[in-house]
Amino acid sequence: MTAAIVKMPLGHATATADAILAVDDLSYVVGGGARELLILQNISLAVKRREFVSIVGASGCGKTTLLRLMAGLLQPTRGSVRFNGTIVTEPDRQLAVVFQDYGRALLPWRNVADNVSLALEARRVPRAERGAIIDRLLAKVGLADRREAFPLQLSGGMQQRLQIARCLAQEPQILLMDEPFGALDAMTRQNLQDEVARLSAESGTTVIFVTHDLEEAIYLGDRVISMESRPGRISEVVEIDLPRPRHQLRTREDARFLAYRHRLFDLLPTTGH
Amino acid sequence: MRIPGKGLVFPLAVLLLWELAARSGYFTSTSLSYPSAILFAGWGLLVDGAMWKATRETFGAALGGMAIGAFFGMIVGIAFGLSRLLASLMRLSTESLRPVPSVALIPLALLIYGYGYRMEIVVVAFACFWPVMIVTEGAVRGIEPRLMEVARALKFPLVARVTKIILPAALPRVFVGLRLAASISLVVAVTVEITTNPIGLGYGLIVAQEGDRADRVFAFLIWIGFLGWLLNALLLRAQRRWFGKFGNWSEAAR
Repeated sequence: MTAAIVKMPLGHATATADAILAVDDLSYVVGGGARELLILQNISLAVKRREFVSIVGASGCGKTTLLRLMAGLLQPTRGSVRFNGTIVTEPDRQLAVVFQDYGRALLPWRNVADNVSLALEARRVPRAERGAIIDRLLAKVGLADRREAFPLQLSGGMQQRLQIARCLAQEPQILLMDEPFGALDAMTRQNLQDEVARLSAESGTTVIFVTHDLEEAIYLGDRVISMESRPGRISEVVEIDLPRPRHQLRTREDARFLAYRHRLFDLLPTTGH
Repeated sequence: MRIPGKGLVFPLAVLLLWELAARSGYFTSTSLSYPSAILFAGWGLLVDGAMWKATRETFGAALGGMAIGAFFGMIVGIAFGLSRLLASLMRLSTESLRPVPSVALIPLALLIYGYGYRMEIVVVAFACFWPVMIVTEGAVRGIEPRLMEVARALKFPLVARVTKIILPAALPRVFVGLRLAASISLVVAVTVEITTNPIGLGYGLIVAQEGDRADRVFAFLIWIGFLGWLLNALLLRAQRRWFGKFGNWSEAAR
C-alpha cells in the first residue's frame, strides 16, 4: 500500500518553475564503506513562495537532516537544493533557521535586544538604524518589555520568541523551523503556533516547518509532507484546505481537519501513541 | 556556624608566640627576626618609597609579560581549538617546548636583551603563554556547537566570528587560565629578579639578605604574599562581576 504512495509523482517538473525552494532527487549518506548509512533517499519537493509547508515524521526519520540540507548547513550526497534557482552550497542569511534548542542558539552574554542585533550586525545594518528595527521586531514577538533581560532570565517560550525575532532580523525569504515548539508546554505551544501563522501571513515569509506532531503540522500548513523512516523518504503529500486564519478550537474540530489527521495518522507509526 | 575572621586566630597566635619568644631572650638568632621588627622594617620601606618602586617594577614586568603571553596564548589557543588539523600538526612542536622551565630561559633572555625589563617580560610571557593557550584551546573546543552553527548561518567572517561568538563564549573558561597566568607571572618575575635582574621586589629581597637584614627579608616576603593574594582576589571579583549576571552559562568557570 505505502509503496504505491511513495512512488506517487509529485509533479515537481511544473512546480519547480515558480518554486522558491526546490529539492531535487536528494539523497544523503553518512559514513563510508561498510558503515555507510542512507539517511535520506530520493527526496524531491518544491516549495512555492509564501507557502507554509509542514514536514512531519517520526523521530529519526531524517526530517531535521532534510531541513539542515535546505539551510545549507549540510551538503547532499546526491541531488540538490535550489533556492531561487541557485544551488545551495553554503548557509544563506535569506534562509533563516529556527533551532529547536533555543536555549543553546542564543548568546547568553547578550541581552534580548543585543541578541536580535546579532543578525543586524551580520547584515551590516548601520548602528544608528538597529535600535528601531529591534524595537519593532521585539514588539512583533511580544518581548518589547524584556529588552534588557538576558536569555537565561527568560522562560522557554520567551527564548524561542527571541530566536524567532533574531531570525526575522535576517529579513529572510524562508524561515526554516526545526521542531521549534517541541520542548514547550501545551499552552505556550498553541500561542506560538498562532503567532508564527500570523507572522508568516503578515510578512509573506515562506515557512518550512518540521515537526513530529501531526496535528501541529496540519494546523499550520498549507501542505503537509509526511516522511517515512530508514531510509528517510517522502511517504505522502497532502494539500490542506482549511480556512485562514485558523483557530485552535474551530479548525481542530473541522471535519476536514479530522479527515487529514486520519489520512496521515497511519503513516506515522510512532506518533499518536 | 560562621565566626567572622576565625581564620585569623591561628596566624595571630603564631605571631604572638613568636614575638614573645624573641622578646623573652631564650631564642636569639641573627637569621630570624621577630614580628614587631618586621613591621617596623616594612613600614620604613613603605615610607621611604623603596617598596613602592620595587612593586611598580615587579608588577610592570609581571603584568606586561602576562599581557603578551596571554595575548599570544589566546590567539594560538583559539586557532588550535578551531582547527584540529592545525592542533595535531603543531602538537609535537608545542609539546616539546612546553616542558622547558621558564626560568631556564633566563640565561638566553639575558644574552639577547641584557638586564632590564625586556628580558624579564620575555621570560614571564613564555611562562604565561602555556596555561592560557591550553585553557583557551579547551574552552573553544567546548563551545556549544549550536552557537558555532548560528555564526555559520549568519555568515560572519572569521574575525567577527571570533570577536562576537567564540571569544565571549570561551571567556569564562579562558578567564580561569588568566587567573592562573597572573599568579605565575608574579612568581616568575620575582624569580628572575632574585636570580638575575637587578630590579623589583626580588632584587630587594636579595639586597636585604646580603645585608643580613632578616627583618627586611620578612617584610618583602609578606608584602609579596599580600600582593599575590590581592591580585587573585581582584581577578576573582572581576570574574564574578562580569560572568555572574548571565546565569549558569559561566558555571564551567567556577
